[in-house]
Parts: sequence; C-alpha cells; structure tokens
Amino acid sequence: MSVALTLRAGGRPLLIPYVMAGVVPDWLDLVRGAARAGADAVEIGLPFSDPMLDGPTVQRAAALSAARGGRPRALLDELAGLDLDVPLVVMTYANVAMTLTPGRGVGGFVEHLASVGVRGAIVPDLPLEESAEYRARAAAAGVAAVLLAAPVCGDDRCREIARASSGFVYCMSSMRITGERADLPATARETARRLKGMTGLPVVTGFGISTIAQAVEACADADGVVIGSVLMRMLVDGAPVAEVVEEVAAFRRALSSGHLSPAGG
Amino acid sequence: MSAPDAAGRFGRFGGRYLPEALVPAAQAVESAFREAWSDAAFTAEYRRLLETYVGRPTPLTECSRLSEALGVRVLLKREDLAHTGSHKINNVLGQALLARRMGKRKLIAETGAGQHGVATATAAALLGLACTVHMGHTDVRRQAVNVFRMELLGAEVVPETSANGGGTLKEATNGALRAWVNETEHAHYCVGSTMGPHPYPWMVREFQRVIGDEARAQCAVRLPEAVPDVVVACVGGGSNAAGTFAGFADTTARLVGVEAAGGSAVDKGKLGVLHGFMSHFLQDDDSQVLEAHSISAGLDYPGVGPEHVHLAETGRVHYTSVTDDQALRALTLVTRTEGILPALESAHALAWVVDAAATGELAAGSTVLVTLSGRGDKDIQQIREHLR
Repeated sequence: MSVALTLRAGGRPLLIPYVMAGVVPDWLDLVRGAARAGADAVEIGLPFSDPMLDGPTVQRAAALSAARGGRPRALLDELAGLDLDVPLVVMTYANVAMTLTPGRGVGGFVEHLASVGVRGAIVPDLPLEESAEYRARAAAAGVAAVLLAAPVCGDDRCREIARASSGFVYCMSSMRITGERADLPATARETARRLKGMTGLPVVTGFGISTIAQAVEACADADGVVIGSVLMRMLVDGAPVAEVVEEVAAFRRALSSGHLSPAGG
Repeated sequence: MSAPDAAGRFGRFGGRYLPEALVPAAQAVESAFREAWSDAAFTAEYRRLLETYVGRPTPLTECSRLSEALGVRVLLKREDLAHTGSHKINNVLGQALLARRMGKRKLIAETGAGQHGVATATAAALLGLACTVHMGHTDVRRQAVNVFRMELLGAEVVPETSANGGGTLKEATNGALRAWVNETEHAHYCVGSTMGPHPYPWMVREFQRVIGDEARAQCAVRLPEAVPDVVVACVGGGSNAAGTFAGFADTTARLVGVEAAGGSAVDKGKLGVLHGFMSHFLQDDDSQVLEAHSISAGLDYPGVGPEHVHLAETGRVHYTSVTDDQALRALTLVTRTEGILPALESAHALAWVVDAAATGELAAGSTVLVTLSGRGDKDIQQIREHLR
C-alpha cells in the first residue's frame, strides 16, 4: 500500500526529512523512524555521480551510498517493501530519471517509482521548459512531479512553476546549493510569501534549513520545510539512526508547538 | 552549421537542463548574446581584439617534411600561435566582452588542461574583471605551471574533488556550476567549450568559427581546388572542432573529429543529461557518469558537445578516436619534422592523419587541413615522463 502525496496547506507545518538512499546499511530504519517521528512525507535521494545542486554533505552521502554499492534501481526496489502511512518523494537528477529504465526515458522512471510505491518526484535539472513530457508521464503514472522555484525566478515564472507543480511547490530558500548555514536567508521567507499568493498547493521551503529555529522561522511564511544536510551530516559523521530519528522528532515537536521563537533554537 | 532551434537543440541534443536557480541567468546570457552578435559595435570591438590582442588571423602552415613523410599534403591552422597559446582565447574574449556588456564584474570558468582557465584569467585581466577558475585536483597537479600562470594573472584557482575522488574536467564543471548558483547576480559563467546549457554550445561555436572562416579563406588562396579534401580537429567538448567545421560544413571537404580513446563519448557514450545539456555521456548501467581517461587533460571529459552528436547522426562529420600512444607518437613526429610542438589535445588530430595516411584511408596526395588547437609547452613535463 502506498500513500498519495496529498499534503495539506494551512494546518500544522509540514516536515519533510531527506534521506539519501543507501547512505548507511540501516537507512530504511531511518525512513521508517522519520515517518513515526511525525514526518509528513520522506524525501528519498538517489545517488548520482554529479549532483550539481548539492553541497559537500549530500555529496558525501551520495558517495557513501555509491561506495556501499548503492544503485538507483536496486535502492528503489528496497522501498517497495515499506508499509508507511506517509508518502515517499524521490529526489534525483535528470540523467538518472532519463536512464533508470533503459530505452524508456522519463516515462519508465515515473512508472518504476509508482511500482515501488513512491508518490512524488523531484528532478531539479528538469526545469519548466524541459519537463513537459516528464510532468505528463508522471501525472499518468500517479506520481506528483514536484517543481522547484528559486528566489531569482520572477513572478511570472514562479506563477508558471506553481501552476505546473504537483503535490507541493518546493521553494529554494536562497541562491545557494544544499548545505547547512548559520542563518535563514531573507530570500527564504520572501520567496515563500510570493509563492503562497500564487497557489493552493503547499509551499515547502528547503536548502540550508539547518536548525529548529530556522525551520520555525521559515514556516512563518511557508507551509513546511525540508531538512536534509543537517540529518545527513549526522549520519555521515557516524551518528546512529536512532539519534537522527530523535532529531527529526525534535523538529516535529518544535514545528507543531510553534512556541519556539526563532531566536531560541 | 545552423543555429539551434528555439529550445536550444541540435536535432535531439542540447537543451537547457538547469535547476530553476540558473534558468534566468542562462536566459539572460542568450538574449544578451543574440543582441550583441547582431550589434556592429560589439562585433567590431571583438574583431579588433582578435586582431590586435590575439594576433589573428593565425597562419596556415604548409608542412613540407611531414607531408613528404606521410604522402599526403598537410596544412596546419595554427591556433597554437594565438595569444595564450590556444584557440580558447577566441571564445573567452567574446564572452568577456559580453559579460562586461551585461554589467557583470566577475568571470567563473572551469578548466581541464588549464588553457581555458589561462585564457579566461587573461581576458579578466584585460577587461578588469575578477576571475575564479575551477579545476579538478588531478589537473591541478598535472598542469601545475598553468595553475601558476592563472594565479599570476590575478585569478583564484579552486581545486575540485568529487566526494568519490574524481578530479578532472567533469568535477571542475560541477564546481563552476555550483559557484554560478551562488553568484549569478554579478558573475558570468564563461563556459570553455561547446557544451553546457543553451546558448553556450551555439555561442561558443560562433565565437570559435573565426578558425574555420579564416582557414576557408586561406585555403581558397592557397589551394588550387580552394577546399582541402579532409578537415580534421580534435574533440573534447568540441570547441576547436566546431569552430573549424563551421567554415567547411557547406563544402565538399570530409570532416573528421578525433576523440581520445578513453573519452570517446560520440561512439561509446549513452544518451543522457549532464552539466545542463543532453548529449552522449560515458556512463555505467546505473546512470552514473564515468571519469574519462586520457593523457590529455583537455580531452578528459566523459561527454561531448551536443552539436557534435547531431553532426555524427546526420553523417556530416565522421568521429573516431586515437590512443594516448598514438597521440604521443604523432606529437614526436610533428615536433621533429616541422619544429612545432603541438598540445597533447591537438596531437590526437595529427595522430589520426598519421594513421589514416598509413592505412590508405587518406588517399596518397590528398590535402588535409588540421587545426592545431594549441601549443604543447604546457604538456612538456607530462610528455617527458611518458617518453622516458
């Protein structure tokens, strides 16, 4: 059984932890644990040799997975057995999406995702102009093609992205690749605010959300956050999965209570 | 060779596979280039620099002793004599002028052998722009002199290592793209070859077509039949080849592109997307792009410019490859018969000529134009290690 990507805007803030598939042997326990700890969806990264939008932490996570023999198709197949009550969203790059199923292109990719119970996909290097076929095939396969909007995108482009996106709109917090940062950039809230005025879909902010305080602050405008590098850094530095799950739970508690002031975390 | 379609495609290849964070920047480069390239003031300034700063036109050199040795008539288009020692400067000056026109204060570049990095650092110095060059850690080591040259020119050189240890042109390009995300507002990404997202493959070819246009005019004066039988160039990303072929695509000349055997993307690559464009890339069965392997850092790229794959599909250009050893042997031969030390990259084009003359693929007495894309001084240390 798989759960559709139907996140709701306006309730408690959405929390979407990111897990690089295969990064540690017990990575599926992290996916399960994150779901139990109150994640609204789990973003699953598939390793790619040239992750151009990722900073050192996610790059290391991808390399660790690859070094452990992590291969996109086999990792996806590991997801098939999971019985979670939250949806899974896969994030990878266009080359993986195009070549995952030889000869079948992006259509084969989204059908394969659907067959293992994945309900959403994020392919950052398939922007609006290059994603028409991918979006159509994803819709036909019952997979939500989540598009990203960046601070540099003008209002017209943001509106088109919001209209073409499915599941939620992924708001890039700043003009920076993924990775932890000391502060939430001003562009995060500004971009989320612009997008909120354009769509009924949830707007979820990601890239560089590093602390609970930043997550709470981002959710003043956005409907939720993706947290990635902070979790992957713990894992690649050797923290046990249980500790990372506890970190997810801490984000959940703070986002749900909303009591934590941005300065307090 | 015509312009790509509105989506930036040559046939099926090319496009603009960028994250949204970079799409507006690439769109801005495209519209600035379209405007500039039809602006007489811009092209006049560009031509003036090519003439007075680069030293164009570069000569067409008749190789008497090499021709005698091979039994075919060999002419070299001498891009090695361009300022900074390779054809890279043609493209870089165009893009640097464009960057200034767009109000950018900085150039970002990737480099393999270091020639594009040196050329970019040079143009930045000339126009008073800041410059950061991304270079794989393997290339930083094997092209140490070029690293120093770039630093001397005022550029910052950033060594790039992938998390799985790779460190050639692929990682350099990843690094440059990541830096561009951070600095789109004030920096221009000066792509060094006919690769990357639209409009780069097209724009870089247009800035390099001066090689082919000059050679065509020079051949018209020099050769009784006006056009050589065969035109040959080496292909990494493919900029010197694209520029050369642009001058001869509408002639009867046979066009040959020569890749490194360990980086032969046209033939051995599979359809994929990397660094913003769709083309053929060396990759495994699990969608992971492989490292190319070549003695020549400039050909050490797992992909190839989209227009080249298109030209291979249409059959207008024949693509082939030669090994490190073949390239080294040709380099030695040309150095000893002509007193010209070619870059390891250019030696691949020459190696095909040597081989094709020996096997009869090149008919005795035929006329061959080879683009000598750069000089070999930068490779001296490596050549020495290999030949010893």
